[in-house]
Amino acid sequence: MADVAGVKAEDRIAVASNWRLVWWRFRRHHLAMVSAGLLIFLYLIVLAPDFFSTQDPERTDARQAFIPVQTVRLFDDGKLSPWVPAIVGKRNPVTLRMEWTVDQQRKVPVKFFASGYRYKVLGLFTSDLHLLVPADPQQRVFLLGSDRLGRDQWSRIMHGTQTSMTVGLVAVLLSVILGVLLGGISGYVGGKTDSVIQRLIELLQSVPTIPIWLALSAALPRDWTPIQVFFAITVILSLVGWTTLGREVRGRFLALREEDFVLAARLAGCSRMRIIVRHMVPTFTSHIIATSSLAIPVMIINETSLSFLGLGIRPPAISWGVLLQEAQNIQTLALAPWLLIPGLVVIVAVLAFNLVGDGLRDAADPYGH
Amino acid sequence: MALYILQRLMLLPLLMLVYSFVIFVIIQAPPGDFLTAYVATLASSGSSMSAEQVEALRQQYGLDQPMIVQYWLWLKHLFKGDFGLSLEYQRPNADLIGEQLGLTLALALFSFVLTWALAIPAGIYSATHPRSLIDHALTVINYIGVATPNFMLALILMWGAFAYFDISVTGLFSPEYADAPWSVARVLDLLAHIWLPALVLGIAGTARLSRIMRANLLDELNKPYVVTARAKGMKEWRLVLRYPVRLAFNPLISTIGWYLPALFSGSLIVATVMNLPNIGPLLLRALVNQDMYLAGGILLIYSFLTVLGTLLSDILLALVDPRIRVES
Amino acid sequence: MTPPTPMATEPLLQVRDLRVSFALDDGLVRAVDGTSFDVMPGQVLGVVGESGCGKSVTMRAILQLVDRPGRITSGEIRFRRDGEMVDIARLPPRGAVMRDIRGGEIALIPQEPMAAFSPVHTVGEQIVEAILLHSHRWGEKKLGRRDARDITVGLFRDVGISMPEQRVDAYSWQLSGGLRQRAMIAMALSCKPRLLIADEPTTAIDVTTQAQVLGLLRELQAKYDTAIIFITHDLGVIAQMASYVVVMYLGRVMEQGPVDDIFHAPKHPYTRALLRSIPGLSGQTRVALPVISGALPHPFNRPAGCPFHPRCPDAMERCAAAVPRLLPVTPNQLASCFLHHDEAELP
Repeated sequence: MADVAGVKAEDRIAVASNWRLVWWRFRRHHLAMVSAGLLIFLYLIVLAPDFFSTQDPERTDARQAFIPVQTVRLFDDGKLSPWVPAIVGKRNPVTLRMEWTVDQQRKVPVKFFASGYRYKVLGLFTSDLHLLVPADPQQRVFLLGSDRLGRDQWSRIMHGTQTSMTVGLVAVLLSVILGVLLGGISGYVGGKTDSVIQRLIELLQSVPTIPIWLALSAALPRDWTPIQVFFAITVILSLVGWTTLGREVRGRFLALREEDFVLAARLAGCSRMRIIVRHMVPTFTSHIIATSSLAIPVMIINETSLSFLGLGIRPPAISWGVLLQEAQNIQTLALAPWLLIPGLVVIVAVLAFNLVGDGLRDAADPYGH
Repeated sequence: MALYILQRLMLLPLLMLVYSFVIFVIIQAPPGDFLTAYVATLASSGSSMSAEQVEALRQQYGLDQPMIVQYWLWLKHLFKGDFGLSLEYQRPNADLIGEQLGLTLALALFSFVLTWALAIPAGIYSATHPRSLIDHALTVINYIGVATPNFMLALILMWGAFAYFDISVTGLFSPEYADAPWSVARVLDLLAHIWLPALVLGIAGTARLSRIMRANLLDELNKPYVVTARAKGMKEWRLVLRYPVRLAFNPLISTIGWYLPALFSGSLIVATVMNLPNIGPLLLRALVNQDMYLAGGILLIYSFLTVLGTLLSDILLALVDPRIRVES
Repeated sequence: MTPPTPMATEPLLQVRDLRVSFALDDGLVRAVDGTSFDVMPGQVLGVVGESGCGKSVTMRAILQLVDRPGRITSGEIRFRRDGEMVDIARLPPRGAVMRDIRGGEIALIPQEPMAAFSPVHTVGEQIVEAILLHSHRWGEKKLGRRDARDITVGLFRDVGISMPEQRVDAYSWQLSGGLRQRAMIAMALSCKPRLLIADEPTTAIDVTTQAQVLGLLRELQAKYDTAIIFITHDLGVIAQMASYVVVMYLGRVMEQGPVDDIFHAPKHPYTRALLRSIPGLSGQTRVALPVISGALPHPFNRPAGCPFHPRCPDAMERCAAAVPRLLPVTPNQLASCFLHHDEAELP
C-alpha cells in the first residue's frame, strides 16, 4: 500500500532520490528520531567532554569520597539563579564512616557557561569555558556524586562517553571496511579466493568470542600507553565484527551479479569498476549503514564488559566499563548506589543506537511495507 | 543425512587443531614464561625450588625450545588428558576445570531452556496479537533486555536484593550445600538458586529470540499456505501452531549455532559478577595471573563447546527441515 | 433489486450489497462496495475485472477469511445449507459453523499453488488433515488416518496425478507447477464441496499446463456437479469455462449475464472496453490494441458517483453525482449504468 494519498504526492515520490525516500520513511519513526537526537548530543560530548565537565575528572580528595548526587535547581526565590544544595558530612561514631546529608538550606551557587579549569579541545586549541561550574572556584559540585577516591562522577562519565562512544564507532568502521572489502572480493571474484575467505569467516564466527577477547587483551603488554591499548582493544573487537557484514556483502554481490540491471550495464559497455561502484554498491549502502548502526551498540556492550572485568580499557583511561569497575562491590553499591549511573548511560546509549538502527533498517528496505 | 553428519564430525578434530594452535599463540604471547612466573610465585610464598627441579620442568614443557616445539609438547600432553599444572593452585589443571565444568554446562543449558521457554510463547503471542497492549509491553521489555549488558543486570539485581531485602543472591548453593556431596536436597537447592543467574544470562537472548520469533511468524502468517489451511476449516490456534509456527521455528534452530556458544562465553561475565562456580572466573584469574596452561585448557574447552553448539544446530536444522534434509 | 433466476432452481449462494473495507493508517479503503450476485447449484460463474477490482476480497469474504484490518461492513452472504439459507456475513469467522462450511461446503483453490502448501509437511499430510476435519462428509463411520490416506490417493488419481501412492508423500516443492495445482484441486475436492472458489487458479502456471488444468476443472465439475466461482482477469478463460459472467470494477458489479450475452451484446461501457482490449487471432497484426483510457484510481481516491465515470467514453453529468443501481436491462442481463436506466443507489 502506498503511504501518501493524492496524485501530487505520487509525483513527488516518483522523482525523489533513494536517500530522500529513506529519510522520509525514517522521519516517520518518532522514537528513532528522538534517539538520533540523543546520539547527536552524545557525540557532541565526545568532541569536547571537558566543556561538559564541572571539574577535572582525575581530581581526587579522599575526604570527599562517596558524596551523593547534587541536583541543579534553576530558581532561587523566584529569580533565575542556579544553585545546588550543599552536602554536609558527619562521621558516624560507630562505623567511623563519613555520612553525607543534603542540606537544602545551604545553597552553593553555580554558573552556566563560565570559566573553570583549562583544557584542550581535540588537541587543537585550549579553552576554559564550561557548561556549568560553581560560582566559587574553591567549591566542588558533584552532579552525579563522587566515587571512593572523591572523583566527580559526572565529569568522569563525560570522559568515559568520549572513550566508549569512540571505541564503538571506530571498531564498527574497521569492521565495515574489512567486511565490505573482503566480502566484496569474495562475492565478486569468487572461486578459490571466495572459499578461502569463507572458511576464514566460518573459523572466526565459531570462536568463543568473550574468552578469546579476554585472552587477547590479557596478552597486551602491560607497559602500553592508554592510546595504544585503546586501539588494540578496538582492533580486537572488530576482528570478529566484520564477519557478519562480510557475509552479507558477499551474498548481495552474488545475487546482484545475476540481476538484469547489472547485465544491462554490462551490455551498455560499463567498465567492471563502474558497475561495482555505480550500479551494485548503491543498492546496498543504506543496508550497510543500518547494519553498522546496529553493530555499534554491540561493540559498546563488549567494550564495557571487557573493561568491567579489568581486561579492556585500563585506568587511568576512562570508559563506561572502567567507571563500572567501581560498582563491583555490593557493599559499596549499597552505600553509594549512584555508582550504577554509568550503567544507565550505557543502557540509554545502546537503546538509542538500537532504535535508530531499527528505524534505519526499516527505512532502507524499499519493500518494507 | 548420515553422510552429512559424518562429514561434519570429521571436520571437528581439524577445527580443534586450528583452535588449539591459535590459543597457544595467544596464551604464550605475554612476556616471560610460565616457569619464571611459577618460580616467582613460589619465592613470594616462601618456598623455593631447586635448580634441578626447575630444569626438569623446563625440559618437560620444552620451555627452552622454539614455540612450535612447545606447542607440540602441549598437544601431546593434551592427547594424554594432561592439561598441565596450575601455578596458582598448585594442582593439575584437569582437576580444576573438571570441578567447575559440570556446573558451567548446567548454567548454560538451564539458561538456554529458560530462554526458549520464555521467548517462543512471547513471540507467538506478539505475532498473533500485533499492536495489542501486551505486544507493546513485550516490545519495550525486549528493547531494554537487549540494551542491558549481562553484568549490569546482575549488578542491579544483586544490589536491589541486598539493599532492599538484605539477601544475597550470589552463588549457586546455600552455604550448607556448597561443599556437600551430591544428593537430592543439593539438586533441589541448585534448582532454587540457578534460575536467577540463568535468567540474567539469558535475558538479552530471550529478548532477541522472541523478536525473531515474532518477525518470522508475522511473515509466515501472511503466506498463502495459511489461507489454504484456514480455508480447510481448521481451528485457528491449531492451525497457527501446526503450520506458521512450525515454519517460523526453523530459522530459530539455526540460531542455536551462535546462541549456545554465546551462553557458554556469556556465563563467564555473569559468573564473575555473581560469584558462581564456573570455569569463567577461573579463566579470568588464570589470564590475570599468567597461569598460561590453565588459561589454555579453559579456552580449549570453550572452543570445543562452541564448535559443538554449531554442529548441533546444523544437525537439528537438517532433521527438522525436509528441504535441507533431502538436499544434503 | 431482484436478480433474475434464469433457471427455476433456488440459488446456492446469494451475495447482496456486500461491503468490505480496510482501515489503514492513511485512510479507509473500500475494497468491495456494494456487490451483489447469485450462484446456482452446479453453475460455473465467471468473475472478471482488472487486478484490484475487489474480486479476490469478495471471495475471501464468502469464506470469512478477510484479513485484518479488513472487515465486512455490511451486506449479506446467504448460503444454502441443509435446505435453509444461512447468512455467512453474520457468522463468527472462527466459529464452529463457519469452520464446517469452510473446506467442507465451500472450498478454495488459491492463486499460487507454489506457496499454498506448507513446505515442511508432505502434500498428503495436508490433504489428509482436511479430510479428517470434515470426515462426516464421507459417510457416517469414523475415518482413520489410513482411510483418509486411501481417499487422498484416489483423489490424486482422479485429478490425473500419475504414481499417486508416491506423490502423496512428496513435499510441494518436489512437484512441478501443474502437479501442485492438481494436488491443490484434489485438496479442494477432498470434502465434496458444493461450491468451489477458484481464485485465478491458472495465472501462476505456464500456458500448456494451464489448458490441462482448465480441462480437468471442467471435467471434474461435470462429474461432481459442483458449482464453481471462477475468478480471472483473462476473458479468454472466462469464455472457455463459465456459463454466467459477473464483471466487476472498483468493488462494484458493472454488469452480469449469461456468457454469450456478455460477449456478444455487452451493455456496460466498461464491459465493452474490456472486450475491445482482447487481441483476436483474426485481427490485423502490428495495430495497437485499444486500451482503456486513464488509469485505475488510487484506492484512497475513489471517484464519486459511478466508479468508472472518469474513464468512461459515454460519461454524462449525472454519472459523477450518483451511483447507478444494478438492474435488469434485458431479460437476461443486469447492468449498473445510467445509459440503460435512471435509478440511483440511495445515498
